[in-house]
Amino acid sequence: MNDHLMMLYQEVLLDHNRQPRNYHTLDTPCQAKGHNPLCGDQVDVYVTLNDNIIEDVSFTGQGCAISTASASLMTEALKGKTVIEAKTLFTHFHTKITDDNEEAAAQNLGKLDVLTGVREFPTRVKCATLAWHTFQAAVNKENALITTE
Amino acid sequence: MNRADFPILARQVHGHPLVYFDNAATTQKPEAVLTAMDNYYRQYNANVHRGIHRLSEEATHAYEQTRKSVRDFINAPSEKECLFVRSTTDAINLVAQSFARPRLQAGDEIVISHLEHHANIVPWQIVCEQAGAKLKIIPINDAGELCFDEYRALLNDRTRLIAIGHVSNALGTINPIEKIVEAAHARDIPVLVDGAQAAPHMNIDVQALDCDFYAFSSHKIYGPTSIGVLYGKEKWLEAMPPYQGGGDMIASVSFTEGTTYNVLPAKFEAGTPAIAEAIGLGAAIAYLQNIGLDKIQQREQALLNYATNETAKLPGFTPIGTAKEKASILSFALAGVHPHDIATILDQYGIAIRSGHHCAMPLMERLGLPATARASFSFYNTEAEIDTFIMALAKTQEFLAR
Repeated sequence: MNDHLMMLYQEVLLDHNRQPRNYHTLDTPCQAKGHNPLCGDQVDVYVTLNDNIIEDVSFTGQGCAISTASASLMTEALKGKTVIEAKTLFTHFHTKITDDNEEAAAQNLGKLDVLTGVREFPTRVKCATLAWHTFQAAVNKENALITTE
Repeated sequence: MNRADFPILARQVHGHPLVYFDNAATTQKPEAVLTAMDNYYRQYNANVHRGIHRLSEEATHAYEQTRKSVRDFINAPSEKECLFVRSTTDAINLVAQSFARPRLQAGDEIVISHLEHHANIVPWQIVCEQAGAKLKIIPINDAGELCFDEYRALLNDRTRLIAIGHVSNALGTINPIEKIVEAAHARDIPVLVDGAQAAPHMNIDVQALDCDFYAFSSHKIYGPTSIGVLYGKEKWLEAMPPYQGGGDMIASVSFTEGTTYNVLPAKFEAGTPAIAEAIGLGAAIAYLQNIGLDKIQQREQALLNYATNETAKLPGFTPIGTAKEKASILSFALAGVHPHDIATILDQYGIAIRSGHHCAMPLMERLGLPATARASFSFYNTEAEIDTFIMALAKTQEFLAR
Protein backbone atom coordinates (compact mmCIF):
# COMPACT_ATOMS: atom_id res chain seq x y z
CA MET A 1 0.00 0.00 0.00
CA ASN A 2 1.28 3.49 -0.78
CA ASP A 3 2.00 6.20 1.78
CA HIS A 4 -1.18 8.15 1.13
CA LEU A 5 -3.31 5.10 1.84
CA MET A 6 -1.27 4.30 4.94
CA MET A 7 -1.86 7.87 6.13
CA LEU A 8 -5.58 7.68 5.35
CA TYR A 9 -6.34 4.28 6.83
CA GLN A 10 -4.26 4.47 10.01
CA GLU A 11 -4.68 1.69 12.54
CA VAL A 12 -6.44 3.96 15.01
CA LEU A 13 -8.96 4.85 12.32
CA LEU A 14 -9.55 1.21 11.40
CA ASP A 15 -10.02 0.39 15.06
CA HIS A 16 -12.68 3.10 15.43
CA ASN A 17 -14.36 1.77 12.29
CA ARG A 18 -14.46 -1.80 13.57
CA GLN A 19 -15.41 -0.85 17.12
CA PRO A 20 -17.07 2.55 17.04
CA ARG A 21 -17.17 4.30 20.44
CA ASN A 22 -20.41 5.77 21.79
CA TYR A 23 -22.38 3.87 19.17
CA HIS A 24 -25.89 4.03 20.60
CA THR A 25 -28.92 6.29 20.75
CA LEU A 26 -29.64 8.81 23.53
CA ASP A 27 -33.03 9.93 24.70
CA THR A 28 -32.64 13.62 23.94
CA PRO A 29 -34.34 16.33 21.89
CA CYS A 30 -30.88 17.32 20.57
CA GLN A 31 -30.50 14.94 17.69
CA ALA A 32 -30.16 15.14 13.93
CA LYS A 33 -29.85 12.94 10.87
CA GLY A 34 -26.97 13.32 8.46
CA HIS A 35 -26.90 11.93 4.94
CA ASN A 36 -24.24 11.84 2.26
CA PRO A 37 -26.26 11.06 -0.87
CA LEU A 38 -23.09 10.54 -2.89
CA CYS A 39 -22.18 7.32 -1.13
CA GLY A 40 -25.23 6.50 0.95
CA ASP A 41 -23.62 7.24 4.31
CA GLN A 42 -26.14 7.91 7.06
CA VAL A 43 -25.46 9.05 10.58
CA ASP A 44 -27.67 10.03 13.52
CA VAL A 45 -26.04 12.16 16.21
CA TYR A 46 -27.44 12.52 19.74
CA VAL A 47 -26.32 15.14 22.26
CA THR A 48 -27.27 15.84 25.88
CA LEU A 49 -26.40 19.32 27.09
CA ASN A 50 -26.09 20.61 30.62
CA ASP A 51 -25.85 24.37 30.71
CA ASN A 52 -24.12 24.50 27.31
CA ILE A 53 -21.70 21.75 28.29
CA ILE A 54 -21.79 18.56 26.22
CA GLU A 55 -22.61 15.98 28.85
CA ASP A 56 -22.93 13.09 26.45
CA VAL A 57 -22.76 12.59 22.69
CA SER A 58 -23.35 9.45 20.68
CA PHE A 59 -24.13 8.29 17.16
CA THR A 60 -25.67 5.48 15.12
CA GLY A 61 -25.78 4.81 11.40
CA GLN A 62 -23.86 3.18 8.62
CA GLY A 63 -21.09 4.44 6.45
CA CYS A 64 -17.62 3.98 5.10
CA ALA A 65 -14.58 3.56 7.34
CA ILE A 66 -13.78 7.28 7.19
CA SER A 67 -17.25 8.48 8.19
CA THR A 68 -17.73 5.84 10.89
CA ALA A 69 -14.32 6.43 12.47
CA SER A 70 -14.72 10.19 12.22
CA ALA A 71 -18.08 10.03 14.04
CA SER A 72 -16.59 7.79 16.71
CA LEU A 73 -13.54 10.02 17.22
CA MET A 74 -15.77 13.09 17.30
CA THR A 75 -17.89 11.72 20.13
CA GLU A 76 -14.75 11.09 22.18
CA ALA A 77 -13.36 14.54 21.45
CA LEU A 78 -16.52 16.44 22.31
CA LYS A 79 -17.56 15.01 25.67
CA GLY A 80 -17.18 17.64 28.40
CA LYS A 81 -16.58 20.50 25.98
CA THR A 82 -18.83 23.54 25.69
CA VAL A 83 -20.83 24.02 22.51
CA ILE A 84 -18.64 26.99 21.58
CA GLU A 85 -15.48 24.93 22.11
CA ALA A 86 -16.97 22.20 19.93
CA LYS A 87 -17.65 24.63 17.12
CA THR A 88 -14.12 26.00 17.32
CA LEU A 89 -12.71 22.49 17.25
CA PHE A 90 -14.73 21.68 14.13
CA THR A 91 -13.41 24.81 12.43
CA HIS A 92 -9.83 23.78 13.22
CA PHE A 93 -10.49 20.20 12.16
CA HIS A 94 -12.09 21.27 8.89
CA THR A 95 -9.20 23.61 8.13
CA LYS A 96 -6.69 20.90 8.88
CA ILE A 97 -8.24 18.37 6.49
CA THR A 98 -8.90 20.84 3.67
CA ASP A 99 -6.34 23.67 3.78
CA ASP A 100 -2.79 23.23 2.67
CA ASN A 101 -1.21 25.88 4.90
CA GLU A 102 1.52 25.03 7.38
CA GLU A 103 -0.14 26.73 10.32
CA ALA A 104 -3.20 24.51 10.03
CA ALA A 105 -1.06 21.41 9.56
CA ALA A 106 0.96 22.19 12.68
CA GLN A 107 -2.04 22.49 14.97
CA ASN A 108 -2.36 19.56 17.37
CA LEU A 109 -5.89 18.19 17.43
CA GLY A 110 -5.12 15.11 19.50
CA LYS A 111 -6.72 11.91 18.30
CA LEU A 112 -8.51 13.74 15.52
CA ASP A 113 -5.15 14.01 13.82
CA VAL A 114 -5.50 10.44 12.55
CA LEU A 115 -7.99 11.87 10.04
CA THR A 116 -5.59 14.35 8.48
CA GLY A 117 -4.71 11.80 5.79
CA VAL A 118 -8.05 12.78 4.23
CA ARG A 119 -6.35 15.93 2.93
CA GLU A 120 -4.87 13.89 0.07
CA PHE A 121 -8.34 12.58 -0.84
CA PRO A 122 -10.59 15.60 -1.52
CA THR A 123 -13.52 13.36 -2.48
CA ARG A 124 -13.50 11.90 1.04
CA VAL A 125 -13.62 15.17 3.02
CA LYS A 126 -17.40 14.91 3.08
CA CYS A 127 -17.13 11.51 4.74
CA ALA A 128 -14.91 12.95 7.48
CA THR A 129 -17.14 15.95 8.16
CA LEU A 130 -20.61 14.39 7.94
CA ALA A 131 -20.85 13.60 11.67
CA TRP A 132 -19.62 17.08 12.57
CA HIS A 133 -22.20 18.82 10.41
CA THR A 134 -24.82 16.57 11.92
CA PHE A 135 -23.60 17.37 15.44
CA GLN A 136 -24.00 21.09 14.72
CA ALA A 137 -27.54 20.51 13.52
CA ALA A 138 -28.28 18.48 16.64
CA VAL A 139 -27.13 21.20 19.04
CA ASN A 140 -28.99 23.78 17.01
CA LYS A 141 -31.94 21.45 17.56
CA GLU A 142 -32.55 21.42 13.85
CA ASN A 143 -34.23 18.12 13.50
CA ALA A 144 -34.02 18.56 9.78
CA LEU A 145 -32.12 16.19 7.53
CA ILE A 146 -28.57 17.38 6.89
CA THR A 147 -26.91 16.48 3.63
CA THR A 148 -23.41 17.05 2.36
CA GLU A 149 -24.61 17.95 -1.13
CA MET B 1 -9.52 -5.76 -28.25
CA ASN B 2 -8.99 -2.49 -30.18
CA ARG B 3 -7.27 -0.88 -27.16
CA ALA B 4 -4.90 1.07 -29.39
CA ASP B 5 -7.88 3.03 -30.77
CA PHE B 6 -8.36 4.71 -27.36
CA PRO B 7 -5.54 7.17 -26.55
CA ILE B 8 -6.59 7.57 -22.90
CA LEU B 9 -6.05 3.88 -22.16
CA ALA B 10 -2.31 4.45 -22.40
CA ARG B 11 -2.22 6.80 -19.40
CA GLN B 12 -1.04 6.09 -15.88
CA VAL B 13 -2.99 6.79 -12.69
CA HIS B 14 -1.12 7.01 -9.37
CA GLY B 15 1.86 5.34 -11.06
CA HIS B 16 -0.13 2.38 -12.42
CA PRO B 17 -1.54 1.75 -15.88
CA LEU B 18 -5.17 2.92 -15.98
CA VAL B 19 -7.70 0.11 -15.54
CA TYR B 20 -10.97 1.71 -16.56
CA PHE B 21 -13.92 -0.27 -15.18
CA ASP B 22 -16.44 2.58 -14.98
CA ASN B 23 -17.82 2.13 -18.47
CA ALA B 24 -21.44 2.12 -17.31
CA ALA B 25 -20.91 5.71 -16.13
CA THR B 26 -19.28 6.80 -19.38
CA THR B 27 -17.12 5.13 -22.00
CA GLN B 28 -13.76 6.33 -23.33
CA LYS B 29 -13.56 7.83 -26.80
CA PRO B 30 -11.75 6.32 -29.77
CA GLU B 31 -9.40 8.42 -31.90
CA ALA B 32 -12.00 8.39 -34.71
CA VAL B 33 -14.47 10.34 -32.55
CA LEU B 34 -11.88 12.85 -31.38
CA THR B 35 -10.70 13.43 -34.94
CA ALA B 36 -14.21 13.86 -36.34
CA MET B 37 -15.06 16.55 -33.77
CA ASP B 38 -11.72 18.26 -34.20
CA ASN B 39 -12.13 18.31 -37.98
CA TYR B 40 -15.53 19.92 -37.68
CA TYR B 41 -14.21 22.79 -35.56
CA ARG B 42 -11.08 23.21 -37.67
CA GLN B 43 -12.53 22.73 -41.15
CA TYR B 44 -16.26 23.45 -41.36
CA ASN B 45 -17.59 24.94 -38.13
CA ALA B 46 -20.92 26.61 -38.98
CA ASN B 47 -24.53 26.57 -37.86
CA VAL B 48 -26.76 24.00 -39.50
CA HIS B 49 -29.90 24.11 -41.65
CA ARG B 50 -30.03 27.79 -42.57
CA GLY B 51 -26.75 29.11 -43.80
CA ILE B 52 -26.53 29.59 -47.56
CA HIS B 53 -22.81 29.07 -47.63
CA ARG B 54 -20.39 26.23 -48.08
CA LEU B 55 -19.45 25.70 -44.44
CA SER B 56 -23.07 25.53 -43.34
CA GLU B 57 -23.83 23.05 -46.11
CA GLU B 58 -21.00 20.82 -45.00
CA ALA B 59 -21.99 21.06 -41.32
CA THR B 60 -25.64 20.35 -42.14
CA HIS B 61 -24.66 17.39 -44.26
CA ALA B 62 -22.48 15.90 -41.50
CA TYR B 63 -25.15 16.53 -38.86
CA GLU B 64 -27.85 14.85 -40.95
CA GLN B 65 -25.51 12.00 -41.90
CA THR B 66 -25.45 11.08 -38.20
CA ARG B 67 -29.23 10.88 -38.21
CA LYS B 68 -28.94 8.35 -41.04
CA SER B 69 -26.35 6.43 -38.98
CA VAL B 70 -28.65 6.48 -35.94
CA ARG B 71 -31.56 5.18 -38.01
CA ASP B 72 -29.39 2.34 -39.19
CA PHE B 73 -27.90 1.73 -35.70
CA ILE B 74 -31.32 1.05 -34.12
CA ASN B 75 -33.08 -0.07 -37.33
CA ALA B 76 -35.70 2.67 -37.11
CA PRO B 77 -38.15 2.76 -40.04
CA SER B 78 -37.32 6.39 -40.83
CA GLU B 79 -34.93 9.20 -39.98
CA LYS B 80 -37.72 11.53 -38.93
CA GLU B 81 -38.37 9.21 -36.00
CA CYS B 82 -34.82 9.76 -34.71
CA LEU B 83 -34.62 12.93 -32.65
CA PHE B 84 -31.44 14.44 -31.28
CA VAL B 85 -31.81 15.37 -27.63
CA ARG B 86 -29.34 16.25 -24.89
CA SER B 87 -29.27 12.88 -23.16
CA THR B 88 -31.35 9.85 -22.23
CA THR B 89 -32.66 11.90 -19.31
CA ASP B 90 -33.74 14.66 -21.68
CA ALA B 91 -35.45 12.11 -23.93
CA ILE B 92 -37.46 10.67 -21.06
CA ASN B 93 -38.49 14.11 -19.84
CA LEU B 94 -39.58 14.96 -23.39
CA VAL B 95 -41.86 11.93 -23.54
CA ALA B 96 -43.16 12.58 -20.01
CA GLN B 97 -44.15 16.16 -20.81
CA SER B 98 -45.11 16.03 -24.51
CA PHE B 99 -46.58 12.55 -24.71
CA ALA B 100 -47.77 11.51 -21.25
CA ARG B 101 -48.90 14.78 -19.73
CA PRO B 102 -51.61 15.72 -22.26
CA ARG B 103 -52.95 12.14 -22.15
CA LEU B 104 -53.03 11.65 -18.39
CA GLN B 105 -56.21 12.05 -16.35
CA ALA B 106 -56.48 11.90 -12.58
CA GLY B 107 -56.44 8.25 -11.52
CA ASP B 108 -54.49 7.06 -14.59
CA GLU B 109 -51.39 4.93 -14.07
CA ILE B 110 -47.83 4.75 -15.37
CA VAL B 111 -45.82 1.56 -14.81
CA ILE B 112 -42.07 1.49 -14.16
CA SER B 113 -39.88 -1.09 -12.37
CA HIS B 114 -37.90 -1.33 -9.16
CA LEU B 115 -34.68 -1.51 -11.22
CA GLU B 116 -34.92 1.96 -12.74
CA HIS B 117 -32.32 4.70 -12.78
CA HIS B 118 -33.57 7.95 -11.21
CA ALA B 119 -33.84 9.39 -14.74
CA ASN B 120 -36.59 6.86 -15.47
CA ILE B 121 -38.34 7.48 -12.16
CA VAL B 122 -38.43 11.18 -11.39
CA PRO B 123 -39.81 12.46 -14.75
CA TRP B 124 -42.77 10.10 -14.18
CA GLN B 125 -43.19 11.20 -10.57
CA ILE B 126 -43.32 14.79 -11.81
CA VAL B 127 -45.89 14.13 -14.53
CA CYS B 128 -47.99 11.95 -12.20
CA GLU B 129 -48.01 14.77 -9.67
CA GLN B 130 -49.05 17.25 -12.35
CA ALA B 131 -51.90 15.05 -13.57
CA GLY B 132 -52.99 13.36 -10.34
CA ALA B 133 -51.91 10.03 -11.83
CA LYS B 134 -50.32 7.08 -10.01
CA LEU B 135 -46.92 5.45 -10.47
CA LYS B 136 -46.96 1.64 -10.27
CA ILE B 137 -43.79 -0.35 -9.68
CA ILE B 138 -42.97 -3.79 -11.13
CA PRO B 139 -41.28 -5.77 -8.33
CA ILE B 140 -38.03 -7.71 -8.75
CA ASN B 141 -36.76 -10.98 -7.31
CA ASP B 142 -33.57 -11.30 -5.23
CA ALA B 143 -31.50 -12.01 -8.34
CA GLY B 144 -32.53 -8.62 -9.71
CA GLU B 145 -34.95 -9.88 -12.37
CA LEU B 146 -38.38 -8.44 -13.06
CA CYS B 147 -41.32 -10.47 -11.73
CA PHE B 148 -43.15 -10.92 -15.02
CA ASP B 149 -46.46 -12.22 -13.62
CA GLU B 150 -46.64 -9.25 -11.27
CA TYR B 151 -45.96 -6.98 -14.23
CA ARG B 152 -48.84 -8.49 -16.16
CA ALA B 153 -51.09 -8.13 -13.11
CA LEU B 154 -50.29 -4.40 -12.87
CA LEU B 155 -51.69 -3.69 -16.35
CA ASN B 156 -55.27 -2.44 -16.38
CA ASP B 157 -57.62 -0.02 -18.12
CA ARG B 158 -56.02 2.97 -16.38
CA THR B 159 -52.45 2.11 -17.46
CA ARG B 160 -51.32 4.79 -19.93
CA LEU B 161 -47.63 4.00 -20.39
CA ILE B 162 -44.88 1.52 -19.48
CA ALA B 163 -41.41 3.04 -18.97
CA ILE B 164 -38.75 0.39 -18.56
CA GLY B 165 -34.97 0.12 -18.67
CA HIS B 166 -33.53 -2.27 -21.25
CA VAL B 167 -30.48 -3.01 -19.06
CA SER B 168 -30.14 -2.11 -15.37
CA ASN B 169 -27.24 0.29 -14.79
CA ALA B 170 -26.78 -0.91 -11.21
CA LEU B 171 -27.02 -4.70 -11.68
CA GLY B 172 -26.64 -5.36 -15.40
CA THR B 173 -29.96 -7.25 -15.68
CA ILE B 174 -31.22 -7.44 -19.27
CA ASN B 175 -35.00 -7.10 -19.28
CA PRO B 176 -37.18 -9.09 -21.71
CA ILE B 177 -38.34 -6.05 -23.68
CA GLU B 178 -40.11 -7.99 -26.47
CA LYS B 179 -42.29 -9.81 -23.93
CA ILE B 180 -42.95 -6.61 -21.98
CA VAL B 181 -44.00 -4.77 -25.13
CA GLU B 182 -46.16 -7.66 -26.31
CA ALA B 183 -48.09 -7.78 -23.03
CA ALA B 184 -48.52 -3.98 -23.03
CA HIS B 185 -49.59 -3.79 -26.68
CA ALA B 186 -52.18 -6.49 -26.10
CA ARG B 187 -53.89 -3.78 -24.05
CA ASP B 188 -52.93 -0.92 -26.40
CA ILE B 189 -50.49 0.50 -23.84
CA PRO B 190 -47.42 2.20 -25.33
CA VAL B 191 -43.92 1.42 -24.03
CA LEU B 192 -40.86 3.64 -23.57
CA VAL B 193 -37.51 1.86 -23.28
CA ASP B 194 -34.57 3.50 -21.48
CA GLY B 195 -31.77 2.04 -23.56
CA ALA B 196 -28.86 3.98 -22.03
CA GLN B 197 -27.16 0.83 -20.74
CA ALA B 198 -28.17 -1.47 -23.60
CA ALA B 199 -26.98 0.50 -26.63
CA PRO B 200 -23.25 0.01 -25.87
CA HIS B 201 -23.56 -3.76 -25.48
CA MET B 202 -25.90 -5.24 -28.10
CA ASN B 203 -27.64 -4.78 -31.42
CA ILE B 204 -30.73 -2.63 -30.95
CA ASP B 205 -33.65 -3.18 -33.33
CA VAL B 206 -36.57 -0.95 -32.42
CA GLN B 207 -38.77 -2.64 -35.02
CA ALA B 208 -38.12 -6.09 -33.59
CA LEU B 209 -38.71 -4.76 -30.06
CA ASP B 210 -41.77 -2.90 -31.38
CA CYS B 211 -41.37 -0.33 -28.59
CA ASP B 212 -43.02 3.07 -28.99
CA PHE B 213 -40.05 5.08 -27.73
CA TYR B 214 -36.39 4.19 -27.28
CA ALA B 215 -33.85 6.50 -25.64
CA PHE B 216 -30.06 6.32 -25.41
CA SER B 217 -27.01 8.53 -24.84
CA SER B 218 -24.00 9.13 -27.05
CA HIS B 219 -21.42 9.21 -24.26
CA LYS B 220 -22.19 5.65 -23.20
CA ILE B 221 -21.57 4.37 -26.73
CA TYR B 222 -18.08 5.89 -27.09
CA GLY B 223 -19.34 9.23 -28.41
CA PRO B 224 -19.22 12.69 -26.81
CA THR B 225 -21.37 13.92 -23.92
CA SER B 226 -24.37 16.27 -24.29
CA ILE B 227 -26.15 14.46 -27.08
CA GLY B 228 -28.60 11.61 -27.02
CA VAL B 229 -31.27 10.07 -29.19
CA LEU B 230 -34.98 9.63 -28.81
CA TYR B 231 -36.61 7.25 -31.23
CA GLY B 232 -40.40 7.55 -31.35
CA LYS B 233 -42.99 6.00 -33.61
CA GLU B 234 -44.07 8.55 -36.17
CA LYS B 235 -47.76 8.34 -35.23
CA TRP B 236 -46.93 9.45 -31.68
CA LEU B 237 -44.37 12.11 -32.60
CA GLU B 238 -46.80 13.65 -35.11
CA ALA B 239 -49.53 13.81 -32.49
CA MET B 240 -47.32 15.25 -29.73
CA PRO B 241 -47.00 18.99 -29.09
CA PRO B 242 -43.44 20.42 -29.21
CA TYR B 243 -41.39 20.09 -26.03
CA GLN B 244 -39.47 23.37 -26.31
CA GLY B 245 -39.94 26.42 -28.53
CA GLY B 246 -37.37 28.28 -30.60
CA GLY B 247 -34.96 27.89 -33.48
CA ASP B 248 -35.24 24.86 -35.71
CA MET B 249 -38.61 23.70 -34.40
CA ILE B 250 -40.41 26.62 -36.05
CA ALA B 251 -41.89 26.84 -39.56
CA SER B 252 -43.17 30.41 -39.23
CA VAL B 253 -43.84 32.90 -36.47
CA SER B 254 -46.49 35.58 -36.52
CA PHE B 255 -48.22 37.72 -33.92
CA THR B 256 -51.39 37.81 -35.98
CA GLU B 257 -51.55 34.51 -37.89
CA GLY B 258 -50.17 32.27 -35.16
CA THR B 259 -46.97 30.23 -35.15
CA THR B 260 -46.58 27.01 -37.07
CA TYR B 261 -44.15 24.27 -36.22
CA ASN B 262 -41.60 22.55 -38.36
CA VAL B 263 -42.05 18.97 -39.52
CA LEU B 264 -40.37 15.96 -37.88
CA PRO B 265 -37.70 15.64 -36.65
CA ALA B 266 -36.99 19.40 -36.44
CA LYS B 267 -40.24 19.95 -34.51
CA PHE B 268 -38.48 18.55 -31.43
CA GLU B 269 -35.09 20.16 -31.96
CA ALA B 270 -35.35 23.71 -30.64
CA GLY B 271 -32.29 25.96 -30.70
CA THR B 272 -28.87 25.40 -32.22
CA PRO B 273 -28.18 21.70 -31.73
CA ALA B 274 -25.02 20.00 -30.46
CA ILE B 275 -23.43 19.92 -33.91
CA ALA B 276 -19.90 18.80 -33.06
CA GLU B 277 -21.36 16.22 -30.69
CA ALA B 278 -23.70 14.88 -33.37
CA ILE B 279 -20.71 14.52 -35.70
CA GLY B 280 -18.80 12.75 -32.92
CA LEU B 281 -21.76 10.44 -32.33
CA GLY B 282 -21.81 9.59 -36.04
CA ALA B 283 -18.13 8.65 -35.83
CA ALA B 284 -18.79 6.53 -32.72
CA ILE B 285 -21.58 4.62 -34.45
CA ALA B 286 -19.41 4.02 -37.51
CA TYR B 287 -16.63 2.81 -35.22
CA LEU B 288 -18.92 0.36 -33.37
CA GLN B 289 -20.52 -0.92 -36.57
CA ASN B 290 -17.11 -1.48 -38.06
CA ILE B 291 -16.22 -3.79 -35.17
CA GLY B 292 -19.75 -5.23 -35.08
CA LEU B 293 -22.09 -5.22 -32.10
CA ASP B 294 -22.27 -9.02 -32.19
CA LYS B 295 -18.53 -9.24 -31.75
CA ILE B 296 -18.62 -6.62 -28.99
CA GLN B 297 -21.35 -8.49 -27.14
CA GLN B 298 -19.46 -11.76 -27.42
CA ARG B 299 -16.25 -10.21 -26.11
CA GLU B 300 -17.98 -8.45 -23.22
CA GLN B 301 -19.84 -11.59 -22.20
CA ALA B 302 -16.51 -13.41 -22.12
CA LEU B 303 -15.09 -10.70 -19.85
CA LEU B 304 -18.16 -10.81 -17.60
CA ASN B 305 -17.96 -14.61 -17.33
CA TYR B 306 -14.25 -14.44 -16.54
CA ALA B 307 -14.79 -11.77 -13.87
CA THR B 308 -17.77 -13.62 -12.37
CA ASN B 309 -15.86 -16.90 -12.14
CA GLU B 310 -12.62 -15.40 -10.84
CA THR B 311 -14.22 -13.15 -8.23
CA ALA B 312 -16.20 -16.16 -6.92
CA LYS B 313 -12.85 -17.51 -5.69
CA LEU B 314 -12.27 -14.42 -3.56
CA PRO B 315 -13.42 -14.95 0.06
CA GLY B 316 -16.00 -12.35 1.14
CA PHE B 317 -16.90 -11.34 -2.43
CA THR B 318 -20.65 -11.28 -3.08
CA PRO B 319 -22.01 -10.38 -6.52
CA ILE B 320 -25.12 -8.15 -6.30
CA GLY B 321 -27.49 -8.96 -9.12
CA THR B 322 -27.30 -12.48 -10.48
CA ALA B 323 -29.86 -12.38 -13.28
CA LYS B 324 -29.58 -15.09 -15.93
CA GLU B 325 -29.36 -12.45 -18.67
CA LYS B 326 -26.79 -9.80 -17.84
CA ALA B 327 -24.73 -7.15 -19.61
CA SER B 328 -21.08 -6.71 -18.60
CA ILE B 329 -21.79 -5.02 -15.26
CA LEU B 330 -20.62 -6.58 -12.01
CA SER B 331 -22.05 -4.98 -8.87
CA PHE B 332 -20.67 -6.41 -5.66
CA ALA B 333 -20.10 -6.26 -1.92
CA LEU B 334 -16.88 -7.16 -0.12
CA ALA B 335 -17.26 -8.43 3.44
CA GLY B 336 -16.21 -5.86 6.03
CA VAL B 337 -15.36 -3.16 3.50
CA HIS B 338 -17.63 -0.28 2.55
CA PRO B 339 -17.90 0.30 -1.24
CA HIS B 340 -16.57 3.83 -0.89
CA ASP B 341 -13.38 2.56 0.77
CA ILE B 342 -12.96 -0.04 -1.98
CA ALA B 343 -13.19 2.68 -4.64
CA THR B 344 -10.63 4.89 -2.88
CA ILE B 345 -8.12 2.07 -2.45
CA LEU B 346 -8.58 0.65 -5.97
CA ASP B 347 -8.05 4.14 -7.38
CA GLN B 348 -4.56 4.11 -5.85
CA TYR B 349 -3.90 1.05 -8.04
CA GLY B 350 -5.09 2.99 -11.09
CA ILE B 351 -8.39 1.10 -11.14
CA ALA B 352 -11.54 3.16 -11.75
CA ILE B 353 -14.75 1.62 -10.42
CA ARG B 354 -17.96 3.17 -9.17
CA SER B 355 -19.30 3.04 -5.65
CA GLY B 356 -22.59 4.31 -4.32
CA HIS B 357 -26.26 3.93 -5.10
CA HIS B 358 -25.78 4.31 -8.87
CA CYS B 359 -28.72 6.74 -9.09
CA ALA B 360 -31.03 3.86 -8.20
CA MET B 361 -31.91 4.53 -4.57
CA PRO B 362 -35.21 2.59 -4.59
CA LEU B 363 -33.30 -0.44 -5.90
CA MET B 364 -30.69 -0.13 -3.11
CA GLU B 365 -33.53 0.05 -0.59
CA ARG B 366 -35.08 -3.10 -2.08
CA LEU B 367 -31.72 -4.88 -1.84
CA GLY B 368 -31.25 -3.62 1.73
CA LEU B 369 -27.90 -2.01 0.86
CA PRO B 370 -26.81 1.62 1.27
CA ALA B 371 -24.47 1.24 -1.69
CA THR B 372 -22.60 -1.26 -3.88
CA ALA B 373 -19.29 -1.23 -5.68
CA ARG B 374 -19.59 -1.68 -9.44
CA ALA B 375 -17.15 -2.76 -12.12
CA SER B 376 -18.47 -2.36 -15.66
CA PHE B 377 -16.55 -3.74 -18.61
CA SER B 378 -16.07 -2.67 -22.19
CA PHE B 379 -14.69 -4.71 -25.08
CA TYR B 380 -11.42 -2.78 -24.65
CA ASN B 381 -10.87 -4.26 -21.19
CA THR B 382 -8.79 -7.40 -20.71
CA GLU B 383 -8.61 -10.51 -18.54
CA ALA B 384 -5.26 -9.23 -17.25
CA GLU B 385 -7.01 -6.08 -16.00
CA ILE B 386 -9.59 -8.22 -14.22
CA ASP B 387 -6.71 -10.12 -12.56
CA THR B 388 -5.22 -6.81 -11.39
CA PHE B 389 -8.64 -5.79 -10.05
CA ILE B 390 -9.04 -9.02 -8.08
CA MET B 391 -5.52 -8.75 -6.70
CA ALA B 392 -6.29 -5.20 -5.56
CA LEU B 393 -9.54 -6.34 -3.91
CA ALA B 394 -7.66 -9.01 -1.97
CA LYS B 395 -5.08 -6.41 -0.88
CA THR B 396 -7.88 -4.05 0.14
CA GLN B 397 -9.39 -6.68 2.42
CA GLU B 398 -6.03 -7.50 3.91
CA PHE B 399 -5.12 -3.83 4.39
CA LEU B 400 -8.34 -2.87 6.14
CA ALA B 401 -8.36 -5.98 8.34
CA ARG B 402 -4.86 -5.32 9.70
